[in-house]
Amino acid sequence: METAHKRPNYILIWVYLAVLTAAELALAFELPISRNLKLLLLLFLAIWKAALVGLFFMHLKFERWNLRIMAVIPLPLAVIFILAGMSEHIW
Amino acid sequence: MTHAAATVDQMRPPYPAERGLDVYNTKLGMWVFLASEVMFFAALIGTYVILRFGAPGEWARPGIVLNIKITAFNTFLLICSSVSMVKAYAAIQDGDPKKMRFWLLLTILGGASFVGIQVYEYIHLIEHGFVPSGVREGSELAELVAKGTLPAATMGLYGSTFFHVTCGVISMTYLYLTKALPGKYSKADYGGIETVGLYWHFVDLVWIILFTIVYLI
Repeated sequence: METAHKRPNYILIWVYLAVLTAAELALAFELPISRNLKLLLLLFLAIWKAALVGLFFMHLKFERWNLRIMAVIPLPLAVIFILAGMSEHIW
Repeated sequence: MTHAAATVDQMRPPYPAERGLDVYNTKLGMWVFLASEVMFFAALIGTYVILRFGAPGEWARPGIVLNIKITAFNTFLLICSSVSMVKAYAAIQDGDPKKMRFWLLLTILGGASFVGIQVYEYIHLIEHGFVPSGVREGSELAELVAKGTLPAATMGLYGSTFFHVTCGVISMTYLYLTKALPGKYSKADYGGIETVGLYWHFVDLVWIILFTIVYLI
């Protein structure tokens, strides 16, 4: 059960997450930019935060490639599912 | 009996075993479960997005009734509990069960506080007439609902997260009482901490996405 990889600096990841959360709040409520740009930036920040949690706290960055593939495969399927639903609504 | 066994063997000829994912079964099981959870939340979030952006009128922003600052604090609390969970994992990897118990207890407290704040939010929503079955007649939100807001969609998302976090807190408390406190985890055996940690980080990850979609967009 011993891990061979160098342990990430968890506190540094926590600081990143805190700063990104503060940036999200500032972007959502303070910055006077267009709604579409705001939406894209907020989604980008949320995905960035989720990736930090997945890669460093769930250790996906250090797992074997086949486990990483197993974990990542549902994500494009989920995006296809949501886009298919949205296109159904538009039609 | 012998004949039946022979028939089964013919149906399933021996096949050479291959090297698998090289992880223990509980961890593999958790990853398979989490993969199914991705599809579960994809369905929920997808439904919410379609209903919200397809609503005929303006969708009631959560900030009208709820205090976004409290929810932002709750988000930060969940992120902190994720850090304490991974610190518990690192501590037992280093063979320090005392430190592991401290960090695990902190994670449980963080998770329980998150659940407590969510309960406060539900009570607040219900007081304002925002109930899962619809919006109470004459409440201050009734007008917003007429414009297209669907409480069931929002409450469905809140409720699912609430259920998942509560399950996580119960699981961690169970492990703390039955394994961590009696000293059953060691440097050589910490699979339970890693597996429940994976679940907890996943719940954190989902809330990060939900917070943005429900509260910020």
